[in-house]
Amino acid sequence: MTTPKPAKIILAKLGLDGHDRGVKVIAKALEKAGMDVVYMGMRVTPEQVADRAQEENADVIGVSLLSGAHKPLMAKLMKAVEEREMRGEALILLGGTVPDADRESLAEIGVDGVFPVGSSLRDIEAFITERLSAREERG
Amino acid sequence: MGIYDKQAAERAREDERAWESGELRRTLERAPESQDRFLTVSGREIQRLYTPSSAPALDYAADLGFPGAYPFTRGVYPTMYRARQWTRRQIAGFGTAVATNERYKYLLAHGQTGLSTDFDHPTLTGYDSLHPLAEGEVGRLGVAIDTARDMSDLFDGIPIDKVSISLTINHPAIVLLSFLLAHAEQAGVAWETLRGTVQNDALKEFHGQKTFALPPRGAYRMTMDVVEFCTRNVPNWNTISISGYHTREAGSTAGQEVGFTLAQGMAYVEGGLRRGLSPDEFGPRLSFFFGVHMDFFEEVAKLRAARRLWARIMKERYGATDPRAMLCRFHAQTLGSTLIREGPLNNLIRGSTQAMAAALGGAQSLHVSGYDEAHDIPSEDAMRMSLNTQRIIGNETGVANTIDPLGGSFFVERLTNEIEEEARAYINVIEDMGGGEGVLSGMFAAIENGYIEREISDAAFDYQQRIEDGAYQVLGLNDREEEPAPPPELYEHDDDEEERQVARLEKVVRERDASRADAALDALRHAARGDENTMPFIMEAARADASEGEIMAALRDVFGDHEDPAVF
Repeated sequence: MTTPKPAKIILAKLGLDGHDRGVKVIAKALEKAGMDVVYMGMRVTPEQVADRAQEENADVIGVSLLSGAHKPLMAKLMKAVEEREMRGEALILLGGTVPDADRESLAEIGVDGVFPVGSSLRDIEAFITERLSAREERG
Repeated sequence: MGIYDKQAAERAREDERAWESGELRRTLERAPESQDRFLTVSGREIQRLYTPSSAPALDYAADLGFPGAYPFTRGVYPTMYRARQWTRRQIAGFGTAVATNERYKYLLAHGQTGLSTDFDHPTLTGYDSLHPLAEGEVGRLGVAIDTARDMSDLFDGIPIDKVSISLTINHPAIVLLSFLLAHAEQAGVAWETLRGTVQNDALKEFHGQKTFALPPRGAYRMTMDVVEFCTRNVPNWNTISISGYHTREAGSTAGQEVGFTLAQGMAYVEGGLRRGLSPDEFGPRLSFFFGVHMDFFEEVAKLRAARRLWARIMKERYGATDPRAMLCRFHAQTLGSTLIREGPLNNLIRGSTQAMAAALGGAQSLHVSGYDEAHDIPSEDAMRMSLNTQRIIGNETGVANTIDPLGGSFFVERLTNEIEEEARAYINVIEDMGGGEGVLSGMFAAIENGYIEREISDAAFDYQQRIEDGAYQVLGLNDREEEPAPPPELYEHDDDEEERQVARLEKVVRERDASRADAALDALRHAARGDENTMPFIMEAARADASEGEIMAALRDVFGDHEDPAVF
């Protein structure tokens, strides 16, 4: 049995938002859990995230937004992902200050999981592991 | 002389030992305590009991003293809240200046006694509302201000010579303050009569809040240009609000908050000295801003420790002689990151506990974060409840009747000592990084080598681990209620505000004297390349209706841009 390749996670903050505590804690936790984490930092554009995800053949794109600008910025990210024909190849996750009322519309544009402030690291890790292994089984 | 009679203290220590080996030991054998170690929110281990032996060397005159007298541990003023309660200063800002102006008038009508402005991300980071990066964020988390005309709308009908104003902005502080001064000129208000604060803490932007707009050295110079200009021209203005709040929000411990914040302050003092200002001249206009977390006694002790350590630094190290230059006067804000999404009304209890700690810590002004802030920017109802929290604590609980009521508590004095020592140790580490050239050089090094950011991220991670493993129980996170209260009625964001603001800016640009604005921006670039104070040039650009984004772009032309190092 070969050792499975660790999951590749791209993390970034979109827009001008400076609240980076959560995303850095998550970066550290996922790295400790054995995943391969690339944290791109703040003020990254959706296009840059999609490019990097493509280059790195990412399994997960995780975006952190506490600025309230998640609707327009996630729409742009999804468009950038689609343009690169990567839709469905990477799990798209969003964390931050996201009102419950916005979850449905985010799911509709293809956001796979939303983790509002206060989410536990264990839940995030478990979600990623389960979804990635389900994808593996589907082939 | 120690605070306690030496012989009495020794007797007490003997009694304590007898109690430990008798009563206590027997109890522990029967029923052990619930945890092996008891930790504060910052991870500091707390003893079972504090007694006179916990801080045996404490010297009343040298370490505590009297309110309004060195080292100001007990308070910055001789009468504190008996003369006047803390200023209730709830920050507000959203949408356009016109919308925020309405909220200001609401707050003033509901017992608020000072104003504080929250700017949106494009304004904080020095971009116009028209900039592509600004999309979706214009007026979202704060008010959008693009030109001096917006500043006039913001304070329309508000007597700015009577109500004190705080502008919560950092790298573009010099621009927004110039807008305000231009508005004062227009409104016929003399600069000397203006009272207020501009946050203007360039250095903390690299590890807390992170709404940087310029690289460290350029941003620092702008901060010092404000200090120098205001010391000479706007004498009652607080030129920097040296901030620990954002450092704490970023996940630091209480000791790091004091250490890093005071190190920032020292860097500014050294900058003033290099410009030939005396600490007695500009020291009295430096103020501070701290967060208040949930660990009640640790927070009270932290505020006391900051006050004592700053006084010692200003007097002993920088040679201040005017007592006003030694005062750590501070604004406090209950930490937004302690607010929990689930069960929002529980946050009212958190806010009142934290506000009580701020009052017992001797705050000069206070903002209680809105109970709904884990969902969105605060609703009008949340802000009303925050003001009510302050009114109830100030008027009904009796905490304002006497000064520093926790002074002399064995526990609080011991914690105050520990936090002061921890903060000093951080300052020493930072200073050592500067290669013997003072704290200023050390701060640049500690920012550029990522030290401060890494220390804070490590602390944030440790805190999160204690929540994950249940060592620290937080209601709504790892301590679940059966049926939490439903989400509150949230602030309704008006998506059309962005469009309105963009149209407003386009109109100003169309109507202004373009050649005057261009000339002002050219003159600013020239001044920034040399070593003149840039503020008179930014004032001229403000009067010429140059936009914030244009002015900051001129500064970026000279100082360059800053990229997030993405340290974690």
